[in-house]
Amino acid sequence: MRHRSLLILTTVLTTGALTLTACGSRDDDKGSDSGSKTTVVIGVDAPLTGQNSATGLGIQYGVQIAVDDANKKNLVPGVTFKVKALDDKAVPASGQQNATALVANKDVLGVVGPLNSGVATQMQQVFDTAGLVQISPSNTAPELTQGKNWQSKKERPYKTYFRTATTDALQGGFAADYAYNTLKKRKVFIVDDKQTYGAGLAKLFKQNFKKAGGKVTAEDHISVGDTDFSSLVTKVKNSGADLFYYGGQYDESEKITKQLKDGGVDIPLFGGDGMFSDTYIETAGKPSEGDLVTSVGVPVTTLPAAKEFIATYKAKKYPGDYGTYGGYSYDAATAIIKAIGNVVKDGKVPSDARTKIVDEVQKTKFDGIAGPVAFDEYGDTTNKQLTVYQVVKGKWKAVKSGTYNAG
Amino acid sequence: MHTLPQQLANGLFLGSMYGLIAIGYTMVYGIVQLINFAHGEIFMTGGFGALTVYFYVLPDGTSMWIALPAMLIGGGLIAVLIAVGAERFAYRPLRGAPRLAPLITAIGLSLGLQQVVFNFYPDAKTDRTFPQLGTESFNIGSVHIQSGQLFIIIAAPICMAALGFFVRLSRTGRAMQATAQDPDTAQLMGIDTNRIIVIAFAIGGLFAAVAAVAYGLRYGQIKYDMGFQMGLKAFTAAVLGGIGNIYGAMLGGVVLGVAETLATAYIDGIPGMQQLGGGSWAPVWAFVLLILVLLLRPQGLLGERVADRA
Repeated sequence: MRHRSLLILTTVLTTGALTLTACGSRDDDKGSDSGSKTTVVIGVDAPLTGQNSATGLGIQYGVQIAVDDANKKNLVPGVTFKVKALDDKAVPASGQQNATALVANKDVLGVVGPLNSGVATQMQQVFDTAGLVQISPSNTAPELTQGKNWQSKKERPYKTYFRTATTDALQGGFAADYAYNTLKKRKVFIVDDKQTYGAGLAKLFKQNFKKAGGKVTAEDHISVGDTDFSSLVTKVKNSGADLFYYGGQYDESEKITKQLKDGGVDIPLFGGDGMFSDTYIETAGKPSEGDLVTSVGVPVTTLPAAKEFIATYKAKKYPGDYGTYGGYSYDAATAIIKAIGNVVKDGKVPSDARTKIVDEVQKTKFDGIAGPVAFDEYGDTTNKQLTVYQVVKGKWKAVKSGTYNAG
Repeated sequence: MHTLPQQLANGLFLGSMYGLIAIGYTMVYGIVQLINFAHGEIFMTGGFGALTVYFYVLPDGTSMWIALPAMLIGGGLIAVLIAVGAERFAYRPLRGAPRLAPLITAIGLSLGLQQVVFNFYPDAKTDRTFPQLGTESFNIGSVHIQSGQLFIIIAAPICMAALGFFVRLSRTGRAMQATAQDPDTAQLMGIDTNRIIVIAFAIGGLFAAVAAVAYGLRYGQIKYDMGFQMGLKAFTAAVLGGIGNIYGAMLGGVVLGVAETLATAYIDGIPGMQQLGGGSWAPVWAFVLLILVLLLRPQGLLGERVADRA
C-alpha cells in the first residue's frame, strides 16, 4: 500500500510540474519581444489528389517556396510562417469544409486558393464572415469578384476575396480573337463540363467567336469523370467543324483530344488555363500536337524574376505543374505575407489582425515574380496579361502574349 | 443518319467492355446469390496489375506484342488472387448469414481496395498513363476503328466463346450449372461446392482484368476510382441481361453501351429534346432503359423466371 500511494503521489507531482512548465513556456511565447517567434500560418486549399491535382500541387508548393523565402529573409521580424495545405479534391463541399477548418484555426491569417472557381463559390462566404483574406492564384470566373450580373452591373460580393489571375471575360475573348483572326478558323464545335469555370469559359468563347463572325456548328456537354467520348467524336466528325473548343480541365480534355485524333478528326482542340498542364501532353501523347490553350499572365520561364523560383521548385523535386499557377501562388502568398508584415509588429498579433490584413492586401502594390501585383476595387488583379500556348513537339510553347479589351 | 454505323460500333466497343465485367457479377450471383459490389475494384486492380507488369517487371521499351500477353497474365493473376481472396476471407465466413451482411462486407471491401491502391501504389493519387498499342487505325466501310479498340473486339468474343464451351462441356462447368441450380443437392451428389464458388470468382476476376486492359488501351490511363462507374454500369448490364445468365450479361452490356451511345448522339436532334441530349445525359438514358426493361420483363432480357429463388 505504501508503495502504491508513493507512486500516485509522484505521478501527480510530476504531471503537475510538467503542466505548469508547459503553461509557463506558452506565456513566455506571447510575452517576449525577442527570442522565440510567433508562428503564423498561411492556409492553402487546392486539389492535392485526384482530379486536377497536378495543377493543385503546383499551387501548394508555389506557396511553400514563398513561405520558405519569407522565413529565410526574415521578411516579418518576430514571425515564423508555416503552410497548412488542405485537399479539396476539386469538390465544392470539401472546399467549404476546409474553409471552415482554416477559419477556426486562430493562427491562420491568410489563405491561398482554391484552384477551381466552382470551389471558390462555396468558400467565399465562409472567409467573408470570418474576415479572413483569401487570394486565388487561378480562379477565372468573372462573378467571383464582380457579382452575378457582372455583364450589366459590376458589384463586388465579398471584400475578403482577391485573385492574381485575370478573368474568363478576357480569356474567352482572347481565345476567340486568336482562333478567328490568327488561326483563321470559322466553324467551331463547343463542349463544356457544366462546371462554373468550364461552362462560363465556353459561353464567353462562343459569344466572342460569334461576334467576330465565326459559326458555332454545335454544342455539347460532358460530365466530370467521363472517359468514353466516342459518340461525341463521331458527332464532331460529322459537323464539319475546323476547331474544337473545350471549357473544362485537363482530366477530361486529354482523353477527348486523344479519342478525337484517334477517331480521325484532325482539328485542334482549344481550351482555357484549366488545360494548361504538362500532364495533358504526357497523357494524350502525340494526338495533343497542335492543341492550344489560353492561360493567365505571361510564361513564367520568360520572367527573369521567376528564375530563382523555378530553380528552387526543380531543385526541391516538388511534384506538380508550377508552370500554370506556381508563380501566381508565390505572388499571392507574398501579398499576404507583406500585408501581415504591416500589421504584425515584433511578433505581436493584434486582436483585429485578420480585418487589418484584408485592408492591407487591398492596398498591395509590388513587383511579383509573375508580374506586377495590385488589386482593383473588385479584388481583381490589375495585371491583365494573357498568353496563347500551343503544343509544339510535345511541349507547351507560348505563341502569343497580350491583353484583350473586353469593351 | 449516315453516322449510324459508326455510332453503333462505338456502342458495341463500350458495351463489350461492360459485358466482360458483367460476367463477374452474373456468375457469382448465379451461384451464391451474392452481389459482389467489390467487383468494380477487382476490375481496377486488374488494370493496375497489368500496369505493374509493363512498368516494373518488363524491361523498358518492350514491344507491345510481347508486353500485351504478359500484361494480361499479370493483370489476370492479380485480379484472380484478389477475387479469390475476397471470397475466402470476406464472403465465405458470412455464407449462411443474412443477405445484408455480405453486402456490407462487399461495400467495405470495395472502399478498402480503392484506398489501398490510392495510398500505396506509386503515383496512383493522380491518373496513371497506360501503354498504348499505337495510333494506327483503319476503316471498314464508313466505320473507323482505332488500334486501341481492336483489342476489345477480338478479346470479347474469344472470352465469351471460351466461357460458353467451358460451362457447357467441361465437368467443372456442368458442376457449376448444378451448383447454380441447387447448391445443397449438388453437394449431396458429391460436388465440392466451395471449389465451384472459388472458380466462379476466379473467372469473374480474369474477365474483369481483360476488360481493364481493354479500358487502359482505349482511354490511355487508369486510376484508382475507375472501378466505381464501370462496376455500376456492368452491374446494370448484368441485371439488364438477366442476372445469373452469362450470355445475358454480354447482351446486357452491348445493349447498354449501344443505348448510351445512341442517346448521346441522337436525342438532342429530336425536336423539343435538345435539353435532354448530349454526352452528360448518357447515364440517365441507360437507367431509363434499365427501368423500362425491369418493368416489362422483370427477369431481364435473357433471364428465366425463377419462382422459388432470388
